Amino acid sequence: MIPVIRRILRAGIVSEPRPEPAEAVELDRLQGEIRRILGRALAIRQVDAGSCNGCELEIHALNNPYVNLEGYGIRFVASPRHADMLLITGPVTKNMEHALKTAWECMPDPKLVVAAGDCACSGGIFGESYASCGAVERVIPVDARIPGCPPTPRQLLAGILAAIGR
Amino acid sequence: MRPKTAARVMKFFDEPVEFEKQPGIGAPVWRGRAGGGAALQAFAAAVRAAGGRLAALWGSDERPTAGCFRLHAVFGIEAGHAWLALDLPPDLFCPDLSGIFPAANRMQRAARDLVGIDFEGADRRPWLRHGGWPADWHPLRHDIGEPAGFANQVTDYDFVRVGGEGAHEVPVGPIHAGTIEPGHFRFSVVGERVLRLEQRFGYAHKGIERLFAGRAPAEGARLAGRVCGDSTCAYAWAYADAVEAACGASPPPRALGLRALMLERERVANHLGDLGARGNDASLAFGLAQFSRLREDWLRLNARLFGHRLLMDCIVPGGAALDLDASALSLIVEQCEAVGREVRALRRIYDEHAGLQDRFLTTGVLDMALARELSLSGLAARASGLILDGRAHRQGYTPPPPWATLGVRPASDERGDVAARAAVRFAEVAESLRLLRELAVGLPAGDVRAGLAPAAAGAGLGVVEGWRGEVIVGVALDAEGRLARVHPHDPSWQAWPALERAVLNDIIPDFPLINKSFNLSYSGADL
Repeated sequence: MIPVIRRILRAGIVSEPRPEPAEAVELDRLQGEIRRILGRALAIRQVDAGSCNGCELEIHALNNPYVNLEGYGIRFVASPRHADMLLITGPVTKNMEHALKTAWECMPDPKLVVAAGDCACSGGIFGESYASCGAVERVIPVDARIPGCPPTPRQLLAGILAAIGR
Repeated sequence: MRPKTAARVMKFFDEPVEFEKQPGIGAPVWRGRAGGGAALQAFAAAVRAAGGRLAALWGSDERPTAGCFRLHAVFGIEAGHAWLALDLPPDLFCPDLSGIFPAANRMQRAARDLVGIDFEGADRRPWLRHGGWPADWHPLRHDIGEPAGFANQVTDYDFVRVGGEGAHEVPVGPIHAGTIEPGHFRFSVVGERVLRLEQRFGYAHKGIERLFAGRAPAEGARLAGRVCGDSTCAYAWAYADAVEAACGASPPPRALGLRALMLERERVANHLGDLGARGNDASLAFGLAQFSRLREDWLRLNARLFGHRLLMDCIVPGGAALDLDASALSLIVEQCEAVGREVRALRRIYDEHAGLQDRFLTTGVLDMALARELSLSGLAARASGLILDGRAHRQGYTPPPPWATLGVRPASDERGDVAARAAVRFAEVAESLRLLRELAVGLPAGDVRAGLAPAAAGAGLGVVEGWRGEVIVGVALDAEGRLARVHPHDPSWQAWPALERAVLNDIIPDFPLINKSFNLSYSGADL
């Protein structure tokens, strides 16, 4: 136990301060907005609709101590029934079309949907084909888009917050 | 060592098939043509008897260049890889290899879905085709045309049923309870005990192989780097190797050093992520916090030096897309020292943590005989005692440059459990940090990119030891030097069936831990 505590103390708190005053004010406003609309927190259900896994790696990074997504009152949940937002990656493959629609139908309102990454936004490099429906909006309505291949954790964070602020 | 320029004819295992060494400086590959289905089966059986592996298998419509369909099978043998092509008769009948190599099962079913090859007496359930296109429409045939607005029908899958009193099924997926790729697991259980696990995949199938066709070789690199996002360097390098072999090009030594540098950075990044996640899976959140902090430091230096956190698009046919200066290289050396120190301290904590070890030890065991039977490669094979590493010397095998001079020491562990796979990751992080320091200090001077003149109807095979295992890319060019067929092969093809077996002595609550201890790719094998 002692070595663990020692490591924790040595690493310290690395969560990053908000970079610029203007952005910080905006983040505060958005955080207030989250509380107003959704109560205490925002619950996200992530769905990989056929990505290469690159976007998932960066979404995982949202939970690292630097970005510390939970510090904003945002967390990932296991079921779409518990989710305020679907965060979707990848072009929607034909083989995932049905599952994605089902997940969306299971969600309670307001059913926020964010397309994360170039593939989810536009179909990206994979586009539309015999196996791919392309962009998420071809399958379910999308509220916000976060481009990038893959988007960085900062871009993802900004995109998620912006989607709530709409 | 560069192979002699004159083609050398080789035979293996006293089989009649003649092989020629593939030109170029990539991993050693011998190309051969099987005289018929029986010759292919006999060769496969000889490979199996000698302890070799089925490394990859795919079908190809080569009517425009060769006048027939072909089956391609790549075998892992002592000396490297034997790449065997078989001309198929007009009825596309082909012998079933799954009786010799069980790993062939899913690859054959994919070849049937995509090309329409009929494997005699084999498992006829579709694999990548769920219901999005008709059974008689084969996307990789050149004359098939564009898909004609097929209805996307949800189909049932014929899972093997387990009967008996109290036996029931637990379906999981395709959407899983975390930030993970899609796939379906069907457990047959009695109480908590898992009697059978059957996977159904293909959910991430987005038609990658068809997208390659008709592109210029240089253009295909971006797509190859997106087959599997966590292994973008391995795929880009294997693809570049294959294109270079097809075009007769050689990347300069500095480019090879840079590629190795990127591949090892990719390996460390993934291992850091996995080691943290394994801590979390066993309720040691401290491990996740610490390792994800280290991983973030690592990716930020990637972004700073290479312009991309995951190193996408940095390896291109002909060499590397960018160069590093002396200050960048010294930053890499410094970071290796800092990360090495922290990982050593964390390893001591993991090793001594009773709760963690209790979850890790004897969980998800895969023994060496089974790993060999299933043609496993890479990390999972090494954690079951099979010392296979394309970067390392072994008897009869010399790794390609730049590995040959680095003296790579492959990590291994004989226990085959979750603990072994964690131990191999720790050992590989340490070895990769050593390699990174050597590569950074000893990077040869010179250009980072060589010219590439596409060759009509050329073909090549690239093999790279990615962090997960052996990544293989086969490339064939058409008469105009464009890509006719590209097949990227992920080590997960072989390792997923191993997971089905590794859970059998455990209970469902251990499955997430066992599954993630392999951390296999869905996208890489769904294509």
